[in-house]
Amino acid sequence: MLLTGEQNMTTKQETRLASLLSQNSFIELGARERAGLLLDAGTQRELIGPFDRMCSPWLAQQGVVTQSDDGVIVVKGCFNGQPCVVLAIEGAFQGGSLGEVGGAKIAGALELAAVDNRNGIPTMAIILFETGGVRLQEANLGLAAIAEIHSAIVDLRRCQPVIGIVAGTVGCFGGMSIAAALCSYLIVTREARIGLNGPAVIEQEAGIAEYDSRDRSFIWSLTGGEQRAASALVDVLADDDVQQIRQHVAVLRARGLPAPHRSEQVARFISALDAVDAVKEATPAMARLIYAQGATS
Amino acid sequence: MNNAENRHPSRGAIWFRALAGHAQSAYPASLLVADTVFNDQSVRFIAVVPDSKNRYVRACHGEVGLVEGWQLARAVHEVMARDQNSAVKTPIIAIVDVPSQAYGRREEAYGIHLALAAAAGAYAAARLAGHPVVALIVGKAMSGAFLAHGYQANRIVAFDDPDVMVHAMGKASAARITLRSVEALTALAETIPPMAYDIKNFASLGLLSASLAVQHPDTPDQAGLDTVRDCLKQMLVSIAQEVQHDLSSRLEAPHRQASKRVRELLRQQWNGEKPMLR
Repeated sequence: MLLTGEQNMTTKQETRLASLLSQNSFIELGARERAGLLLDAGTQRELIGPFDRMCSPWLAQQGVVTQSDDGVIVVKGCFNGQPCVVLAIEGAFQGGSLGEVGGAKIAGALELAAVDNRNGIPTMAIILFETGGVRLQEANLGLAAIAEIHSAIVDLRRCQPVIGIVAGTVGCFGGMSIAAALCSYLIVTREARIGLNGPAVIEQEAGIAEYDSRDRSFIWSLTGGEQRAASALVDVLADDDVQQIRQHVAVLRARGLPAPHRSEQVARFISALDAVDAVKEATPAMARLIYAQGATS
Repeated sequence: MNNAENRHPSRGAIWFRALAGHAQSAYPASLLVADTVFNDQSVRFIAVVPDSKNRYVRACHGEVGLVEGWQLARAVHEVMARDQNSAVKTPIIAIVDVPSQAYGRREEAYGIHLALAAAAGAYAAARLAGHPVVALIVGKAMSGAFLAHGYQANRIVAFDDPDVMVHAMGKASAARITLRSVEALTALAETIPPMAYDIKNFASLGLLSASLAVQHPDTPDQAGLDTVRDCLKQMLVSIAQEVQHDLSSRLEAPHRQASKRVRELLRQQWNGEKPMLR
């Protein structure tokens, strides 16, 4: 009996290993590759690419090295035949932080997608969030750009679903977590985290007893992809696989516009929060309980 | 401390009462909402204020927290629903004095990012639906709190006053995250306009429609009230002349040339022929 058990376990492990080996990791790709692979082969065009040399005008003044795409990749093409623009943030440049140029790329592209829709062209948008939020070296211009991104998402989502993906490993924080929450649908992996305030900032502002920024399992248990999916604060928990993620986008697109969007479900969330005992410290189980129940009722 | 706060209401609360009167009781104590006749039409005023008894302890100093985010959304949606079938859209005036978003474990666990999205999304939707929205900054307009309450307005106006401040993050945290000392950060803020915390530098970014010289920002007098009311009226008139309800009027300052240039390039390349990515 024991022997059989061990054999079974080995087979399971082998199956898991085989499936991992057959996956094409999305997380391991850079922003440009991610954006390209989401769109139909042969349709992708990068807008304001590196050779347009739109660098941050503010970083160099502070002795910080610039990047010729400012860490945001705009790729236009088709998704399963439908006009689509993908906005991919490169987490490897300045923590995916948004400054004036990168922010304007996202806001401007979303604005043009909305114009397309008003002219009868059904351009949709996919945003790949990999960002700590505002680039503090461009502070108020990053914040202004993020407000414009919020506005553009709200405008475009009246016409087309705006689909957000947080794959990891940077996650999605700050004003861009608000942008993610404004999306029609959100796809995450287990590596993803979504939170308003980065762990180091909460620790700085509220103390280590409130939030220990070095405790990874604690942070993932509250803000990780699996937890956000179990609390129905995102729509899909995906494996780290390019084809699977693309398939999830196709399914969500086919659902059409959510009515209402999650960020418009005011009465449901107010009553869920009213039911919380706010004196008690929050736990992952409590978050799952109050929101997952609301989602099914 | 609680008593002191109650005795000395925030600037946001002071100006709310001076401009809008009594707040409705249908909202939590941290949210002041009133419909007042202003300039011969009904206007909704909204302010987020300190509530020392806030159920969520990390949000008792006027921060925008979980409850505040969703209740802001409710206050804005309420006006939109009321005017849904009306050609006349009630203006909304956000009185802004918010020190920050709430930082805490409960906040992250229960999705404060979504609560703030609800508020920002509601203001944006109201503006897009034709509600004139004005943000009046009387104190602090910080980071996520400002994104949720004020930044989606058609027009942002502010007191020209040293206690008025707009920024993405408090100095201590910003220094920690950018691996700088607070002194180095402060020095940089003096030469890099978007990094500054004061309202004059913010105005240089083209994001402010007017800055108001108000002599007594903590104790509104008749002159101060007249100045504020005149400005709000002007803003409502200029918004009424707009065809598009977007934020494009913010792109004109010299310090925002890159924002404008990026949009020009995007427009040029949007439908044009460009080499394939691969």
